Amino acid sequence: MKRVFPILAILTAGLLSYALYEALIAAPTEQTMGDVQRIFYYHVPSAWTAFILFFVNFFASIVYLIRRNTKADIVALVTAEVGVIFCTVVLVTGPIWARPVWGIWWTWDLRLTLTLVLWLIYVSYLVLRRFSSSGQTPLLAAVLAVFGALDVPLVYFSIWFFRTQHPQPVIGGGGSIDPRMLHVLLINWLAFSCFAALVCWSRYRLEVLRREVDETLALEALLEPRSSQTRSSQTKTSQTGRAG
Amino acid sequence: MSTVAGLTRATLAKDLRLEWRSKDAINSMLFFSLLVVVIFSFSFDPTAEESRRIAGGLVWVAFLFAAVVALNQTWARELRNQVLDAYRVSPAPPNALFLAKVMGNFIFVTVLQALMTPLFIVFYNLRALGPAYQLPIVAALGTWALVVNGTFFAAMSLRTRSREIMLPLLLFPISIPALLAMVEATGAILTGEFSAKFWIVLLAAYDVVFTIASLLLFGFVLQAE
Amino acid sequence: MNYLYAAYIATWAIHIGYLSTLLRRYTRLRSEIEEFKTRIDDK
Repeated sequence: MKRVFPILAILTAGLLSYALYEALIAAPTEQTMGDVQRIFYYHVPSAWTAFILFFVNFFASIVYLIRRNTKADIVALVTAEVGVIFCTVVLVTGPIWARPVWGIWWTWDLRLTLTLVLWLIYVSYLVLRRFSSSGQTPLLAAVLAVFGALDVPLVYFSIWFFRTQHPQPVIGGGGSIDPRMLHVLLINWLAFSCFAALVCWSRYRLEVLRREVDETLALEALLEPRSSQTRSSQTKTSQTGRAG
Repeated sequence: MSTVAGLTRATLAKDLRLEWRSKDAINSMLFFSLLVVVIFSFSFDPTAEESRRIAGGLVWVAFLFAAVVALNQTWARELRNQVLDAYRVSPAPPNALFLAKVMGNFIFVTVLQALMTPLFIVFYNLRALGPAYQLPIVAALGTWALVVNGTFFAAMSLRTRSREIMLPLLLFPISIPALLAMVEATGAILTGEFSAKFWIVLLAAYDVVFTIASLLLFGFVLQAE
Repeated sequence: MNYLYAAYIATWAIHIGYLSTLLRRYTRLRSEIEEFKTRIDDK
């Protein structure tokens, strides 16, 4: 395990660098938007990666609800955290792209709005995990994840219809895509997926270690008072001996 | 009396009777709503045409905040008197308790809406240009959407730190499609520019999905804390 | 053009920020383990 990780990390770093080169230099320049369009190669793969991570979270939460498997709970936590990070990237790169192209920072673009709502739902998920007392946290979090997943199609339809009533600019170019651009897009997606997998793996191992340490410390605290009690009772007898 | 319907009715009757005697929830909700209406009145001074467009948003924000006041105290009485522990060890189905709480909250918020609507009409010179009969439908479906999830999340928040903050934090993101639907539907009916049908169908779908989900998963939440 | 670089830099700033948080948590955990080990050895 330990030897594989650095190798994979170096491979992923190489893939990311190659993908970056493709995005900034090798990919053809877009006609209308110019070079700013290259943000697309980071914006879209991040969105896809975030959605995949949230899907894994949903699946892990279901597994937890049925089996009460601790590993499933840790996977849910990890994918939620890393998913929020990728979501944040989407929400930051989106407006940065929209501003020069449309002159506005925000628009109720379907993907951007969906990402925003998912970001809000999963941030509330992470806050719930932090604020609830540890016994029931995995269960409540799993239930919330299921609710969030049920919400997603409803969010999609509500935004879709909202946009037909109030037409909005479309970030990210709908319609057909040049095959060379598609190639660069997929390369970046592959690179970011590998990156996300490695980050999740690291976070997973960190969480496992954290829980082991917590358990050990709790066990120590349970055993501790007995030994300190015997010490203090010995002190008392010696004091009374001296006084008497 | 252990059928779901019988238990639900008994719990609901108890809650309504207690509320009628103390009027705690209604009073705080009413006062809060009134404050929101007045403050919005100062901030927005629209023409009749504009106010029809934005009234949907204003009205539902006021009702949302008022609903949160009601939702926060949903389980307070049960918590204080260890009723939840008693419920957990009894063979009573947890759904009955949940359903009774949701219906209680629904009634409280609807009463509030009935009291506040004349005020909104007066303050914003509102008159529906579209089919006004759809407004109670939107109100009922929208209110149910808020209270069914709100009651569920209120139960989830019981054993968390900052309970009062946790409830809106969990409720608002999940409610976004429903809130969008409520606001847009109300706006569509008042301005008469669009049909509210899609939004009403969406609200109905939202209500069905989350009522079923809450009923199925409430057992977990009750056992959890 | 600046927007393009801003977007790419922002992306990596977010990722590196998160990774450094993980690193900080890890080193803190390691020091807790070391402290625990010395406590056990003392007894």
